[in-house]
Amino acid sequence: MYKIAKENLSALFRLIADSQELYLPVKTAGQVNFAAWSEEAEVALDTLKSVKSPKDAFFPQSEGLYTVRREGKKMKVEPEELKSQDFVVFGMKACDVKGLEVLDNVFLADPIDTFYAARREHGTIVALACHEPEESCFCKVFGVDAADPAADVAAWMIGEDLYWKALTEKGEALTKKVKELLSDADETAVEAEKEAIRGIAEKLPYMNLSLDGWNGDALSEKFDDKLWEELYKPCLACGTCTFVCPTCQCYDIKDYNTGNSVSRYRCWDSCMYSDFTMMAHGNNRTSQMQRFRQRFMHKLVYYPANNDGMYSCVGCGRCVEKCPASLNIVKVIKAFQKQGGER
Amino acid sequence: MQELINRAKEMLDDGTVARVLGWKAGDLPYNPEPAYFEDAESLKDFVYNGFCGANLSKYMIEASKLEGKTLVFLKPCDTYSFNQLIKEHRVDREKAYIIGVGCKGKLDIEKIRAQGIKGIESIEGAEITDDADTLKVQTIYGEKSCAYADAMLERCHVCKGKEHKIYDEQIGESKETKDGERFDEVARIEAMAPAEKFAFFQKELSKCIRCNACRNVCPACSCRKCVFDSNKFDSAQKANVDSFEEKMFHIIRAFHVAGRCTDCGECSRVCPQGIPLHLFNRKFIKDIDELYGEYQAGDDTESKAPLTNYTFEDAEPSIVGKRG
Amino acid sequence: MSIENKSFRPKIVAFCCNWCSYAGADLAGSSRLSYPADVKIIRVPCSCRVNPMFILRAFEKGADGVIMCGCHPGDCHYSTGNFYARRRMTLLFSMLDYIGVENGRTRVEWVSAAEGVKFSDTMNSFVEKIYSLGENVRLGDLRCRN
Repeated sequence: MYKIAKENLSALFRLIADSQELYLPVKTAGQVNFAAWSEEAEVALDTLKSVKSPKDAFFPQSEGLYTVRREGKKMKVEPEELKSQDFVVFGMKACDVKGLEVLDNVFLADPIDTFYAARREHGTIVALACHEPEESCFCKVFGVDAADPAADVAAWMIGEDLYWKALTEKGEALTKKVKELLSDADETAVEAEKEAIRGIAEKLPYMNLSLDGWNGDALSEKFDDKLWEELYKPCLACGTCTFVCPTCQCYDIKDYNTGNSVSRYRCWDSCMYSDFTMMAHGNNRTSQMQRFRQRFMHKLVYYPANNDGMYSCVGCGRCVEKCPASLNIVKVIKAFQKQGGER
Repeated sequence: MQELINRAKEMLDDGTVARVLGWKAGDLPYNPEPAYFEDAESLKDFVYNGFCGANLSKYMIEASKLEGKTLVFLKPCDTYSFNQLIKEHRVDREKAYIIGVGCKGKLDIEKIRAQGIKGIESIEGAEITDDADTLKVQTIYGEKSCAYADAMLERCHVCKGKEHKIYDEQIGESKETKDGERFDEVARIEAMAPAEKFAFFQKELSKCIRCNACRNVCPACSCRKCVFDSNKFDSAQKANVDSFEEKMFHIIRAFHVAGRCTDCGECSRVCPQGIPLHLFNRKFIKDIDELYGEYQAGDDTESKAPLTNYTFEDAEPSIVGKRG
Repeated sequence: MSIENKSFRPKIVAFCCNWCSYAGADLAGSSRLSYPADVKIIRVPCSCRVNPMFILRAFEKGADGVIMCGCHPGDCHYSTGNFYARRRMTLLFSMLDYIGVENGRTRVEWVSAAEGVKFSDTMNSFVEKIYSLGENVRLGDLRCRN
């Protein structure tokens, strides 16, 4: 266990950024999102939740796959290069890290997504414990401990210091690189902080939400429920929930004609959009109710069915805060619960 | 609020309306959602308070296709949107029974959070009947307070007035909230040097995640299929590969609603990244006012919209350079 | 200002109405009046056909300036098309100016079929303006640059 004074953090960032890219929460035009560090960047480590989840660092909203160029009478295909440089993501939260586990199950399973795999291989994560979780948080429901993030390095901001503990080999390697700025510390303060965080979490309204009845076997029972017809109604069919979510992993592949070449890229898709999974024969989800149902069934039923019961939600609460119509996964879970009680 | 519920029950009971379109209490103190109520029983969840910012006019497009009349609660600013939708034949006036509800300014939870208030358990003072100027926020860290005006949405500070432009009956009092001029911010940007303007918008738009919330919530964006949803379209609806695409999307969206936008402020309210999207719409409104005469979309259901109208003496496009 | 010895060659898109300025360009040609080859003409059935998206698209794909030419107000082949176009372009140009795109990059001129001289003068002066503004870097898609 090490520590570093908060006032020395910019020196720490500079040192890390000397040898590799560094992504951390940066405030731009009033909003905090993960972005590359620079001397001018307004680093906002105190912000609990970045608007967009940091999954961007591993699975960018859009990324090039390859470019096709015409050379005389032939076509030349230039694949996009895989990430080959190490980078650090600083300040992810316990739920965000758990979100990567969800993505790993999808992208690192056969067939392996090489773009994602390369980023996972080269990325080192420094995760920050949540000093004060908020009322929209429900990570505990999914077995996430906000007080003790499981990343390459776990960190705690306590008073005027940041405590630092390497948990993996990658974490040790990063620690070695920045050792000159760290000093030894004991765990007492961290243990107290963990207790305090867990104490706060206990008081939050969503933390003890019950997931009874949501599992991989609940397929037809949940799918055919009449409740969806009611729940979806306020939904505007925007993609806010999917685009701020740390676990949503659907993407679309598109071509862009630059005039000289065609660049094929992929970008996040949202099950809320009318052209989601559009195929030559048309779309297999024709109503917003079906699209709305897809999102929650995927997170709470289909995903657990294929991944040993693991849910595809980590309880970060971003959708709770950002939905324009104030809908969210918690309301859905509660609505089913309520209905179950009345039966 | 009880008055609204009672009236709704009455009308459901005597069969005047088949359903009620209002807001349903959320599970946190600040997240009510737009909802339909079809029987007296379900109205127990009905709520109308400072957090009911959602403009229900847009939902009336769908409700107009349903069997029977819908009782809808509209705030003063929502009635402009409803008028505009009537003008564009997107809603059926005969299918709506409009109760104009009072408004004392709508609240923005982000503004409360920005004051460092977190761990919120309950909020007192958001009720429409409360006369207090302060919100009392109960948090897990104890009681905090916040001035009502400081927690208000941007649009309420430049309110167009508390007069309902269309209604069948009115319930509840309103309170004036205007304390600013809506074109001030636009004028401030107009006065900037080109490089400065560019930097300002570049920074704001760089946050855009192309979630389309601004478009989907907008009562003026009522196209059955948006041009940006076409899969033959080059700039994809959901990608922001290049910074050009956000500019394209927001300029074209603002242009498509120019002369039809009532400035209801929903786009800015729902933007997850807090982009001041109203600055685009207000620029068009300001230009229209200055060049073609004062015009407020949604003021009535008859007048010709500025972009489907012309005069022989209209300003030439070169005026843009000449105005400086 | 001489434009001959510059390494920067602008791309300029001109939307020309079939009934007036497109014929005006023809007349300029047959009258042996010259205008720079940097101007690429796109024929449209009426200035009113020009959707704001056309203008943005041109910039996206690398145009440095976009000019639209139509019939003089009152002379529209379809009676009123150019009146609507005039309002649209005024508002669009004002918006582009507002987001920081130099306002000299867009222009509207009314050129009749009989005005070959005006056509060539207009294009010459517009091209010169774009030379002075230089490359358009604020409103384009970077992917189209390579």
